[in-house]
Amino acid sequence: MSQKVFAGTTVDVNEEGYMTDSTQWTKEIAKEIATEENIDLTDKHLAVCEFLRDKQSKGENITIRSVGNSGIIDIKGFYQLFPGAPMKKAAKIAGIPKPASCV
Amino acid sequence: MKKLLILGGGTGGTIMANKMRHELEREEWEITVVDKEKTHFYQPGFLFLPFGHYKKQDVVKPKNNFIPNGVNFIVQLIDRIEPENNQVVLADGVVLRYDYLIIATGTRIVPEETPGLTGPLWKKSIFDFYTPEGAIALANFFKTWQGGELVLNIADMPIKCPVAPLEFVFFADAFFVERGLRNKVNISYVTPMSGAFTKPRAAKVLGALLEEKNIHIIPDFYLERIDTEGKKLVSYDEREVPFDVLITIPVHKGDEVIESSGLGDDMGFVKADKHTLQSVDYKNVFVIGDAGNFPTSKAGSVVHFQADILTENLLCAIESRPYTASYDGHSNCYIETGFGKGALIDFNYDTEPLPGLFPLPGIGPFGLLQETRMNHYGKLLFRWIYWHILLKGKEMPIDTKMTMAGKKL
Ligand SMILES: Cc1cc2nc3c(=O)[nH]c(=O)nc-3n(C[C@H](O)[C@H](O)[C@H](O)COP(=O)(O)OP(=O)(O)OC[C@H]3O[C@@H](n4cnc5c(N)ncnc54)[C@H](O)[C@@H]3O)c2cc1C
Repeated sequence: MSQKVFAGTTVDVNEEGYMTDSTQWTKEIAKEIATEENIDLTDKHLAVCEFLRDKQSKGENITIRSVGNSGIIDIKGFYQLFPGAPMKKAAKIAGIPKPASCV
Repeated sequence: MKKLLILGGGTGGTIMANKMRHELEREEWEITVVDKEKTHFYQPGFLFLPFGHYKKQDVVKPKNNFIPNGVNFIVQLIDRIEPENNQVVLADGVVLRYDYLIIATGTRIVPEETPGLTGPLWKKSIFDFYTPEGAIALANFFKTWQGGELVLNIADMPIKCPVAPLEFVFFADAFFVERGLRNKVNISYVTPMSGAFTKPRAAKVLGALLEEKNIHIIPDFYLERIDTEGKKLVSYDEREVPFDVLITIPVHKGDEVIESSGLGDDMGFVKADKHTLQSVDYKNVFVIGDAGNFPTSKAGSVVHFQADILTENLLCAIESRPYTASYDGHSNCYIETGFGKGALIDFNYDTEPLPGLFPLPGIGPFGLLQETRMNHYGKLLFRWIYWHILLKGKEMPIDTKMTMAGKKL
C-alpha cells in the first residue's frame, strides 16, 4: 500500500491510485484527483460521486446502469462527464474502490 | 403448522426444499415451493445447444422429479410478495402465508432494455443462448451459415455464469475449424469489462487463450443500441462494431415480482447480507442464488455453496440462535475451451482465481487456471452430478468455503 498527498492531505491509495480508505475523502481531494484525470470537477460530477459513495457505503452493486437510473444523469451524460472509462474514473474521484460488481 | 415458503423451484429452490425437508420435523413444518414452470432446465447445458453437442431433451426434466416427498409444489406465477404481512399472492389470487420465506427466483434476460436488439434482426441475425429457444434458433442458423463477422456482445454486468460467453467463443472457434470454415469466420468478443475477465490473473490467462485462438477482444464497450439497418453495435461513447451474426448476452435483471414488491435494488436483485444471506429489510426473508445482489458470480456453484450456509442460518433463525454460518463468496467454474479441453477457476469475495490443483492439493485431478482434458471431463460430468446429487441437496466432496490449499500465489 502506498500513500499520496492530495490538497495537503496524505491519503492511502492502491497500486492503481484508488483510495483505500473512503473516509479520508473530501471534495478538495476529489478536485485534485479529477485534475490528474484531466477533468474539471463540477457540481454534477460531485453529485455522481456522492451517489456512488452512498451506494458503496450500503454495500450495493455499482454499475453504469445504476448511475443511469439515479436521476442525476443519463448514461450518455455520464460518459460525457467522465470520458473514456466513466465508472473507473468516477470511482477513483469518489474515493471508493474500483467497482468489482462485475465478477 | 409452521410454514416455510420457497419462491422459485430452480437450482436454489430445489436444493433448499430437499435440505430443509431433511432438517425440519414433518409434524411441525409445512414446506411449499412455487414456480411458474413445470420443467427444470439444466442451464449450463444451453451452451452446448448451438453447436449440436446437446439436444433439447438433454437439458430438461420435470421439476416434480426433484421436489422431495412431503413438500408441496405449486405451479403458478408469483404475483406479489407482501413481506409486512408475511404473505405471497399468486397470479390466480391464492394467498400463501409464511413464517419464513426463501427467495430463489433467479435472474432473467431483458433484451428489450437495449434499443434495436429485439427489432427486425431478432432471431434472424441476433440470437441469445441464455434461453433454450434462443440457443436452438442459433443451432438452426449455424447449420447453413457460410461465414462472416461473428460478434459476441455482453450488454452489461452482472450476467449469469460470467464465463459462459468466453466458452461460447472458444466453442465457436472449434466448431468452425472442424467445419473447415474458420478462415471465413471472424470472431470478436465485445465486452463492457476491461479484459476477458475482471480479476487480473484470470484475465491474463483467458486473454492469452483468446489471442491464441485468433478471437479479437474489444474491451470497455458499453452497448447503447443496435443500428439495425447498418447491422452495427453502437456504444454510449459512439464506437461501432459491425456484425453479420450477433450473439447477445442481454441485460440481466431480477424477476419482476422483486421490483414490484420493493425488495430489490434498481436492477431488481434482492438486497441481502452477503454473508448471512438474510434480506436487509425483513428478518424472516432469506435469499439464495441469482436473485440476490451478492457481489459474486451468478452461478450454480455459488447456489450450491450458499445452500449449506442458508440451511445452517435458517435453522439458527428458527431456533432464535445467533447465525453460525457465513458465506465467503466461494465460486467454482469449469470453462470449456474447445477441442476437448477445459480450464477451471475457484475464487471468493477476497481471493481472485489462482493457478494450482483442485480439489486435492498436489493431486488434482483438476488444474486451476490451466487448459487440461480432465477439466473438460469435469464439465461433462457436472450434468450428471447436477441431476443426481446437487439438486437433491446431497453432500459433494468440495468444501463450502474456499481453501488456499493447492493454490499458488
Ligand atoms: C448458458 C448458461 C450457462 C451456465 N453455465 C454454468 C456453469 O457452467 N456453471 C455454473 O455453476 N453455473 C452455470 N450457469 C448458471 C446457473 O444455471 C444459475 O446460476 C443457477 O441455475 C441459478 O439458480 P437459481 O436457483 O438462483 O435460479 P434458477 O435456477 O434460474 O431458478 C429460478 C426459478 O424461479 C422461477 N421464477 C422466477 N420468477 C418467478 C415468478 N414470478 N413466479 C414463479 N416462478 C418464478 C423460474 O421459473 C425458475 O425456475 C449457467 C447459466 C446459463 C444461462
